[in-house]
Amino acid sequence: MKRPRQPLFHARQGYRRRRLTDAARLLPILGLFLFFLPVLWRPAATPEPDTAGGGVYLFAVWFILILVAGLLARLLSGGEPGRPQDGEERD
Amino acid sequence: MVPFNILVAVCLAYVCLLFLVAFAAERRAERGQVGWLRSPIVYTLSLSIYCTAWTFYGAVGYAARSGLEFITIYLGPTLVLIGWWWVLRKLVRIGRNHRVTSIADLISARYGKSNALGVIVTVISVVAATPYIALQLQSVTLSFGVFASHTPEGWGMPDQGATALWVAGGLTLFTILFGTRNLDANERHHGVVMAIALEAVVKLVALLAVGVFTVWVVAGGVGDVMAKIDASPIADWPLQPGRWMGLTFVSAAAILTLPRMFQVMVVENSDERHLATASWAFPLYLLLMSLFVIPIAVVGLATLPEGANPDLFVLTLPLAVGQEKLAMLAFLGGFSSATSMVIVAAIALATMVSNHVVTPLWLSLRRGGARAPGDVRGLVLMSRRVSIAGILGLGYAYYALSGGSAALAAIGLISFVGVSQILPALIGGIFWRGGTGTGAALGLGTGFLVWLYALYLPSFGSGGLLSPSLLAEGPWGIGWLRPQALFGIATLDPLLHALFWSMVLNTAAYVMGSLLTFPGPIERMQGVAFVNVFDHDPVARGWSRGGAEAEDLLAMSQGILGAEEAQRFFQNAAEAQGKGGFLPDTTPDFIEALERRLGGAVGAATAHAMIAQFAVGAAVSAQDLMAVASEAQQILEYSTQLEAKSEELARTARQLGEANDKLTELSVQKDAFLSQISHELRTPMTSIRAFSEILMDPELPGEMQQKYASIIHEEAIRLTRLLDDLLDLSVLENRKVQLNMKVANLHDLINRAVQAASNTRPERVFTMHRDFPTEHMPVITDTDRLVQVFINLVSNARKYCDAERPSLTISVRQRRGRITVDFIDNGTGIPRKSQSLIFEKFSRLTDTARAGGAGLGLAICREIMVNLGGTIAYLPGQGGAAFRVTLPVRPERKDEAEAA
Repeated sequence: MKRPRQPLFHARQGYRRRRLTDAARLLPILGLFLFFLPVLWRPAATPEPDTAGGGVYLFAVWFILILVAGLLARLLSGGEPGRPQDGEERD
Repeated sequence: MVPFNILVAVCLAYVCLLFLVAFAAERRAERGQVGWLRSPIVYTLSLSIYCTAWTFYGAVGYAARSGLEFITIYLGPTLVLIGWWWVLRKLVRIGRNHRVTSIADLISARYGKSNALGVIVTVISVVAATPYIALQLQSVTLSFGVFASHTPEGWGMPDQGATALWVAGGLTLFTILFGTRNLDANERHHGVVMAIALEAVVKLVALLAVGVFTVWVVAGGVGDVMAKIDASPIADWPLQPGRWMGLTFVSAAAILTLPRMFQVMVVENSDERHLATASWAFPLYLLLMSLFVIPIAVVGLATLPEGANPDLFVLTLPLAVGQEKLAMLAFLGGFSSATSMVIVAAIALATMVSNHVVTPLWLSLRRGGARAPGDVRGLVLMSRRVSIAGILGLGYAYYALSGGSAALAAIGLISFVGVSQILPALIGGIFWRGGTGTGAALGLGTGFLVWLYALYLPSFGSGGLLSPSLLAEGPWGIGWLRPQALFGIATLDPLLHALFWSMVLNTAAYVMGSLLTFPGPIERMQGVAFVNVFDHDPVARGWSRGGAEAEDLLAMSQGILGAEEAQRFFQNAAEAQGKGGFLPDTTPDFIEALERRLGGAVGAATAHAMIAQFAVGAAVSAQDLMAVASEAQQILEYSTQLEAKSEELARTARQLGEANDKLTELSVQKDAFLSQISHELRTPMTSIRAFSEILMDPELPGEMQQKYASIIHEEAIRLTRLLDDLLDLSVLENRKVQLNMKVANLHDLINRAVQAASNTRPERVFTMHRDFPTEHMPVITDTDRLVQVFINLVSNARKYCDAERPSLTISVRQRRGRITVDFIDNGTGIPRKSQSLIFEKFSRLTDTARAGGAGLGLAICREIMVNLGGTIAYLPGQGGAAFRVTLPVRPERKDEAEAA
């Protein structure tokens, strides 16, 4: 006899969605951290000038941020179209 | 080399293309085919006005001077965009809910619709934008100059001032043509946005083309460029942590507070979901715009002669290797960057100036205030046009004054720090309920003054506007007040120093001011509505019942929104309340909605002031305040439901009450009419009887017989007419009438009616105002019946218009398959309480003797119009009696009518 498994919490979708908005909120903070990281390198610490490398690093971080933002935007707006957005603010 | 004439021709052709695109977009939007005009891609592309000529030319120059530091200008906006869930989403929602027209409007609306704040923000924005606009003029002029300097002879470059003047003039024209076509900022500028999106593509393609050309043609691919970068002088740039973080911060602040960014991001936003797309697409655009900046700078420094202006490498590099077409494309890219920025900035600033400075000033100056506003619409549009010209004029003046010499990047940053002063009031306003108007004014004022003193004025150079001694020793020799070393901090560079002190003092003044002052009631309600914009529909309710008369409000709104728009708004509101006609009850909800609608046209503060004139003393009740102060949100929500129910009940009760009143009045009227009609029937009967008795006398002379017989005849005709009318009415009411449909020209029908009605009181001189060209339109209807209605209306006007010089205006309009014909005279009109009765049978307002009819005319008209598929209604608030006849261009088919 197999009982159908009941989910412990019903609003699984809503839960996912709220964590997604958390991620969307945290993304700029992550970006800020990564963009300010070069400040700690200080070119003085490396005798060889590394502008090219620094540039590549910044553009790479930038591009990854865009990718993640695109993904989050898709998930956030594609999930439930037409759903009123009012409830999202409350957890 | 490209001759000057060709360059100018290409520019003009490009501008013509923009005109066409803008025009086509406007046309499409007018026909309601918004579709892809409002796609997320167009929205994202319109945001690209962030990339001005400063980006296009200046970024390379910046990179040549300070290495990778240029990138901070794009990192800030990237963080703001990918963090849209924090701020932008809220801003856009607030902007839509409150019909915000500009950033000044947002600040003024948040802090209690205070116009003083609107003025402060407007002043900051205009002062900060002036150097920025000058910068755009300068870059276009310089880029013309690049082509000039390579020509040995031939077209001498006129002088640079003249070029800048031509550019400024052309931009003014374009902006006025497309930016001030419609008044309501929320109606959005489809044409301009479309043109900007096109320009965004052009500048991206141009910069990418130059970049690809530089990396793979001039240099030898990616590896070679990487090696060149490390070998070039750029590699030695020192990363200054303060500047790195400060510039990221200031650019992030600027994208939120620049008036032009606010315009495209919030005001022109048509769908919140577009923001989700823009959150990654706009950073991608920025990334692509900056991708080739360092390579171009490095290769430019290596290949171009010593002393070449790095700000122009984007142009000079292709020219140096003989790629004229590429240079031309780059030139168009730069031209696009400059023009799109100037156009949007001018529109945004002009809206602010007209809404917060000109209109309030005009309202306070004229006697009678908003009570008799006349045509505010014309004034607002005119003031916007003049402001656009004025703002571009200021930009030109700054360009002429500063001599156009400073490096591009420096000017742009000064401007950025200036608009950043709005940030504390903005962020505080949408996240902190405790922020007050006084605090905001103190913060804005402090920040603005520090910025002026520490950055803006010194930017004119020592000996410019501040004397060298003041710069070196401070005012009156007070060392700690030196503009570039306030409080003795001399280690920071001037820009960072000004940013640091202005933001610190600004925020401190804002917070202290807010903590120490007590906000007014409207301010507190607006605060709740803004901070909790996602929680529920706006609860802020500034108006309680009383004071305002719907008819006065309609008359005022017509002056601002235009007659048609205002009438439609009032009609819809009345319908929503379950009433017919144009005059809804002046419930708080209605006044709130009206205020917001007006706010969309003239800004929140002005709209509030105008409404306040009608609802004096009715602003806020103690209960409202309690509701706002109360922390018990659940109770509020529960009571909202109750309120909705009780509102519905109240509406039903109102409808019933109205129906009852009408019935009572009708029954009184009917009694009166019955006695009247028996009188009307009896009078002719009596005379017929009397005269026929006399006629029985055989000895009556012949001419007397003749006379009495004709009297009997006339009385009989009168009786017949009365009975005909009654019969006609009953046929019409039972919908048994046979309609004789024909095609006719409306103009001819009106002519017939005017002709036929001219024998009513022919002794009066009556002026007709008609616009013949608009009247010519075909209509399929029962022409005789329609003319009957027209005759009735015209002869009514002739009969009852009591003006000394009576006149009648007939205006015709066609819209969505329906024709409206308005008949407006200049008499005293019909009193409010009678307006709902005039179309009833047997109703007559004046003495019967003068009217000479039985009071059936308008009732018959109404029935005819119903039979023709149209309506007839009284139009209040037109300064006289006014009737509106509406009818379909062609009759609806039976099955359609039944389906509907």
